[in-house]
This record gives sequence, structure tokens and C-alpha cells, in this order.
Amino acid sequence: MSVVIILIVASLAVALLFLAGFVWAVRSGQYEDTVTPSLRVLAEDDKNKISETKPN
Amino acid sequence: MSSQPPKLPAAPAHAQKLAGGCFHCAEPCSAGAFVLDGKSFCCFGCQTVFSLLRENGLEQFYQLQAAPGTRIRAASAAAKWAFLDDPAVSEKLFDYADRTQAKVTLHLPTIHCVACVWLLENLFKLHPGVGHSQVNFSRREAAITFAPVKIKFSELVALLTSIGYEPELTFGETEKTGPSPWRKKAWLQIGVAGFAFGNIMIMSLPFYFGLDSFNGPWFKAVAGWLGLAFALPVVTFSAGDFWRAAWLSVRQRTITLEVPIVMGLAAIYLSSVIEVFEQRGPGFCDSLCGLIFFLLCGRLFQKKTYDRLTFDRDYKGFFPLSVVRKNSGGEASVAISQLEIGDHLILRNGELLPADAKLVSGEACLDYSFVTGESEPVARAAGDHLYAGGRQVGGAIEVETVKSVAQSYLAALWNHEAFRKNSDHNLDSLTNRYSRRFTKLVIGIALAAAVFWIFKDATKALKAFTSVLIVACPCALALAAPLAQGTAQRILARLKIFLKNALVIERMAVVDTIVLDKTGTLTTADARGVEFQNAECGVRSAELSAEEMNWIGSLARHSTHPHSVRIAKALLFSILPVTGFKETPGGGIAGEIAGHKLLLGSRTWLAKQGVTAGKNASPPKITDIKNAGSAVFVAMDGKLRGAFALENSLRPEVAQLIAQLGGKFELALLSGDNERESARFQKLFGARAVLKFNQSPSDKLNFIRELQSRGRKVMMVGDGLNDAGALKQAEVGVAIVEQIGIFSPASDVILDAAELPRLARVLAFSRGAARVVRAGFVISALYNLVGVSIAAAGLLSPIVCAILMPLSSVTVVAISCGATAWLGRKLQVEKLQVAAPVRLNIQYSTFNPQPIAKEAA
Repeated sequence: MSVVIILIVASLAVALLFLAGFVWAVRSGQYEDTVTPSLRVLAEDDKNKISETKPN
Repeated sequence: MSSQPPKLPAAPAHAQKLAGGCFHCAEPCSAGAFVLDGKSFCCFGCQTVFSLLRENGLEQFYQLQAAPGTRIRAASAAAKWAFLDDPAVSEKLFDYADRTQAKVTLHLPTIHCVACVWLLENLFKLHPGVGHSQVNFSRREAAITFAPVKIKFSELVALLTSIGYEPELTFGETEKTGPSPWRKKAWLQIGVAGFAFGNIMIMSLPFYFGLDSFNGPWFKAVAGWLGLAFALPVVTFSAGDFWRAAWLSVRQRTITLEVPIVMGLAAIYLSSVIEVFEQRGPGFCDSLCGLIFFLLCGRLFQKKTYDRLTFDRDYKGFFPLSVVRKNSGGEASVAISQLEIGDHLILRNGELLPADAKLVSGEACLDYSFVTGESEPVARAAGDHLYAGGRQVGGAIEVETVKSVAQSYLAALWNHEAFRKNSDHNLDSLTNRYSRRFTKLVIGIALAAAVFWIFKDATKALKAFTSVLIVACPCALALAAPLAQGTAQRILARLKIFLKNALVIERMAVVDTIVLDKTGTLTTADARGVEFQNAECGVRSAELSAEEMNWIGSLARHSTHPHSVRIAKALLFSILPVTGFKETPGGGIAGEIAGHKLLLGSRTWLAKQGVTAGKNASPPKITDIKNAGSAVFVAMDGKLRGAFALENSLRPEVAQLIAQLGGKFELALLSGDNERESARFQKLFGARAVLKFNQSPSDKLNFIRELQSRGRKVMMVGDGLNDAGALKQAEVGVAIVEQIGIFSPASDVILDAAELPRLARVLAFSRGAARVVRAGFVISALYNLVGVSIAAAGLLSPIVCAILMPLSSVTVVAISCGATAWLGRKLQVEKLQVAAPVRLNIQYSTFNPQPIAKEAA
């Protein structure tokens, strides 16, 4: 049954990865404004536009 | 979020009213005035914006939405904003600044559609000095990075203003503290709790089904230790706010709901530690993390704040950031914070007097409606003392300040001791009353169980004690109130009724007396209430021909005087070109339309212009007009044609509302206005109601106090600074606003003026919501009773815990949300039965994101 250990370690690694991803998303301000991005996509892409940078 | 693709925002109402209006802003155009590229514009300003955008390849602005612009009211000169380049001012406004670049977040109230977002985020194309800009739509804010070497801050503001986005720079803005980080922290706390909950649950599944025998005792140990490790950050970080709140309430010697919660949490974690150490089982960490996760979700749900609204603004939010000061060289804009006593200021039409001052020259006509509630502007002569807070109506005046801003009338009024809301209603909330009894009861049962087991079987005493605390952890109780109230808050926000916090619902449910302000609350100055009185016979009737109405409307449209604006609104159908327009401040306006000379203004001014009454005319009954409000006289081709009586009209459906409220509540009316309309309102309110006129702000406050001393629970409905004290003193203060997001005095509820007729139903709804909360309490109490009896019997096992706790939480959540939403649906169904225009509004609001759009996800 030692395979359970491998499974636990693997699942925890994946889960921690997702947690880290979530923490990064919150820290980088992605939860600050959930309305504007939905409006932003309605405007067509503009070739000349400066690439989106993350807010400072 | 719904799965349907979002609809493009509906065009603003004015765009639909007049097809073929200005290509930029949809305002009506006079035929052939400004045409460029086959597109017509209402004014030179709009045309300029169009050509500016076209030159810079930003035409997509007009493809995103028809006529997305806002009308350009006045040309913007960078000089007007020069005071912003003063480091003392800019420092306070900038988020960040170094030599090469600066970042500033500006509030731009005119942001209203997709195209605005797009244009503002492409601002860098208009000026090389502008870098990245990012719009926050729901806050109506743009964060702009720019290089001060290439574009000065004043130039940036002028650029924004020139394309129709004038930033709202108020005096209060300069003292802002950064955005509160609670939102980020709340998300992180929920994320950590959810993560731990899910993972511990997965490892606990074998125990629920008795499968652990496959894996041997080591699995139990591994699961136990991992559970403790995961739960540690949840208990300390995620539940941190509960610990702090509990500690605070203990220090204040009161018991809030947080106290039994943290007692339960501590008991669960400690008994889990003991179990794992003694290798008896995997502990209760799954339930623990689940409970904290649900609690945090409930709290976020309740705490969801309204981005565009501020409930606790003070007078500084009312003041502009700058004022024009006269100096030796001429005039310059200067920040209000730098005003000194003895400065000479120039106030133009519509500008606000920020400090007490003495009138030096010009015809002052100050509108104090926001401060005193008196709807008529008051005239002042040179040398008179002027109180701060008035808005100049008419021409420019020069004043000399006699007091600093902070010591002026308005500030003094605001800082008056009586106007501070000290009473913290939180401690007396329904939840806390229940929790005080609850906590005592639980501790009593836990102790009794422990004492019982010490005599019977001492080994079980500790287990029974902690088990009772675990099961009695009032999480379902803690969820019931926030969820029911949060749902109610959300439903109301959708109807443009915004509550400061969910506890307001509880307070609203016990209100038995409603005090209403008159001016601006029950009455409003708009197109209704403009009545024409013919000079020929003095009879009130609309004896103007449609043609004449158009003439007068077209003329009045050119003036910003409130009377002109109302007349224009009431009469205008199509716009005719006006030649030779001339405005005499404090007098009237003149112009030539379709070959006729028109004069519109006060009686004395018309007389000065040589207007005589018609041959067979008896003069209009001035006394009649005086009674009704103000009068504006009209002359055509040198002959008096008649007069407009401007009355403050009652908002629609107010009579109906008062009839609805009258049966259930004690009503009173307070007004800063004089008594001329007393009879009309006594009839409306019924003989029993108290009506008080000529009320000063402190009179209003004292009236509320007096009611409260008689044990009444008072709701105050008002709109201006003159009501601020009363709004704060009342159990529930409701501020009426014409436009959500614009300044409103400190209050508990912000209500869109158009929703005022719904007040009676909202009160009924809040009573329903309070009942739902009580039902939630009863249900969770029943669960606790069952759980506690099991625990006291010493029979609590992880499986019982794992079933009982989530089950109680889930049922309470379902019942609270479900029942409140059901009550809300009744509220909304009633709303749909109102006339069609209101329904249109709802459509807009589905896209024009209300604060509600911030879902807890």
C-alpha cells in the first residue's frame, strides 16, 4: 500500500502548485477589478497597442 | 456570471431620444452648425475631439458604441489646472513619482461605456508623454503613468478634460489614504482555507467509510499530522480576524458572536492535536477548515463593498480642489489648502464658496440649498458676509476671505459635536444579543458535562467538555445572519438602494417613525412644475404656441442658470439657431430667434430693457407666482408675453408612498424652507403628522433626538448637508441622491431618488429579512441541541462531526439565501409592474455595472 504515499505526495504537489498560482493571482491584483477586463475584451485587438503590462 | 455573452452596453438614454444628434455625444444639434466628414456635431468642442481622435488613429472609439462621447462643455486650458503642478498639491494626488515618471489615479465620473475604457487605455496615442493607463470601470477610475518631463500633470488633466473626462478633484481627495488592502487579504484567507479544507477532506474520506483498515495505523498518523499542518495556517491566518474581534470584545467586556466561535475553533484544534498525539484518530481538522471556509465566504458575501459609493464622506468631499485667486498679476488657480485669510477670490457661475468671506464686488446670488435646504438662492450686496458652502448663481463675483477653510461655517457645522455618530449600533445587533445568551448557555452545558463525567468516568470528562464546545461552535449561527443580510443587501443594490452594511437591515426592520426632508427629497426642481402664466388675462394655461415654446426653449438652452435649464427642459422640442445671445447676470437673457427678439428674465430687468405690458393686458398676478416659487418673465418683440411660475414639484408617486407609509409608521416632515407650502403638505401627510418648517440643521437633529428620547426608532430621509446631523442621529439615515456616486452626506443607506417610491416596500422587505435571520437562528439552535446532547453523552466521533457540522451549515445557508431571495423576488416583481421607462432603467443597470457586479465568485 506504499503507493498511497506516492499518490499523496503527488496530489499535494499539484495542490500546492495551484495554491501558489492563486496567491500569485491575488497578489498581482487580478481580483481587484473583475469588471473592466470583461469590457476590455469587447474592443478589438489593436496591432499597435503596447503589450499589456501588469499593474505596478 | 451568466453564461450568456454580455450584451453591448445600451446607448445612453439621450442617444435614443434624438437620432441624428451629435456624432460624438448624441446631444441635439442645430442644423448644419458643425459638419465634418459628413458627420454633424453639436458644438465645436465635440468636433475637435472627433478630429483629434481621427488624427491619432483612434476612430475605433466610435465603432465600439454609437455616440459614446460626453458633451464638451468648455474649452480646457492647461492654465486652469496650473495649481496642480505645485508639488504640495501633486504630491498628495500621486500614487508614485520619481524623476522620470509618475503614476496617478484619477476619478473620472464620465466613464460610462466600453468605448470610454478603450479610449482611456489608448491615451498614450494622444501624447507621447503618457505611458500605460488602466481603467477600473466600477470605480470610475483611471490609473495613468506619465513622464512629467514630457507632459506636466496640469497638461495631462487638461488633455483628459479636452476629450470629455474631467477628473473629479475634490479637496477631500488630497487627504486620501491608499486603497484598503482588505480585499486582497480576504481572498487569500479564503483561498488558504479552501485549499486546506479540500485536501484534508480527501485524506479523511477513508475514515468516513471505514476504509482505513486497508492502510494500517501509519496512514491514520500521516493523515492526522498532515491535517494538523494544513489546519495551522487556516486557524492562525484565515481565521485571524475572528481572533482579533474576539480579543477586542473580551477587552471591552462584551460578548460578540466571535467569542463562542473562537472558543469552538480552539477546542476543535486542541482536541485534534491531542487525538493525533495519542494516535487515537485523525482529528477534526477537516470539519475545522470547512467551517472556517464557510464562515469566510459568508463574511466576504456580507462585506462586499460598493466601489463607487462612500458612506462616510465629510464636507471636504463637497469642496473643489482649487479656486481662482486674484493676485497682482491677474488671476491664478490655487489649491484650497493654500488659501489664506484676506485672499481675493473670483467665483463664477456654479462655483462653490469654500470659506467664509466678504463680498467685494459683483452681484452675489448664492444657492445654499445643499447646506440649508432653502431652495431659493439668496442675493447679497457688496460688503455682506457670505457663509461657506453656497454656490454662486449668475455672473462672477469677487470676495475676500475672512476665515480659513477649516474654520468656516460649513466646517464648523460639520465638526459640531452633535453631528458625530458615536453610538456604535454593532454591539446591539440581533446576532450579538443572541450570542450573549448562547455563549453563557454553551459554557454552562460544557462545564456541567465535564463535572458529570468527572464523577462517572474521569477519562471522558475532557472529551465531553471539548466535544460540547466543538459541536456548539455557532458557525451555522454565524452564517445565518451574514448570508440572509448579504443576500438582502445584494437584492436592494440591484434596485439602486445601497446599504452601508448588512446590519442596517436589522435596524430598518425595527423602525417605527419616518422623518422626511422636503426640498430635494420629496420635491425636486425639474421640468415638471414649470407653469406658464399668460400676460393677457392672467389665467394659468399653456397658451404658448408650439412655435413660441421652441423659441423660448432654444434661447433658455444657452444659459446655465438653473431657472433657464428648467425652462429649456420643459419646453424644448427642436433647436433653432439663436443670434445675438446676451446674458446679464442677475437679470436675464436676450437673443433673436426666427426674426423675433426674445427677453427672458426678472421683472425689473425686463422693465429696464423697456418692456411694456401689452395694450389690453392686466399684469400677471405676481402674488400668485410669489406663492408658488420663483417667476421668470418673458417678453417678445418688446411686449410682455407672460411669466413662468417655477414651482418645486413633488416627485412622482410621493403621494402614494406617503399614503402607504402613513398607515404603518408615524410620519414627520422637516424643512429648511419657509412655510409657504405648509397647507399642501399637511393635506398630504394627514392631520396627525408633525410638519416643521424653517428648520436649521441642529433643529432637525434635536427633533430626531427628541423622538428617540420618547423611545421611537427613527428613520431619517434627507438629501443635503443640512440633513447630515439628523441622518447620523437617526437609527437609519437614508440619503437621497440624484446620481449614484456623486457626493452624499454620511448615511446608512444611499437611495437613488427615482427609487424613493419603493421605500415602503423596502421597509417591508427588511422586516421579512430580519424574520429569515431569526428562522436561521432557530434552525441552527436545533442542530446544536442535537449535537450537544450527543457530545455531552461523550459519543462524539469524527464521522458524526463530519456529517453534522457541514449539514447544519449547508441547510442554514440554503434557507437564509433562499428565503431572502424569494422575498426579494416579490420586491422585484412589484417593480416590474411600474411604468415602462423604469424597466428601461433596469436594462441599463444590468450592464452599467453596479457595485453588485463584484461577485464573491
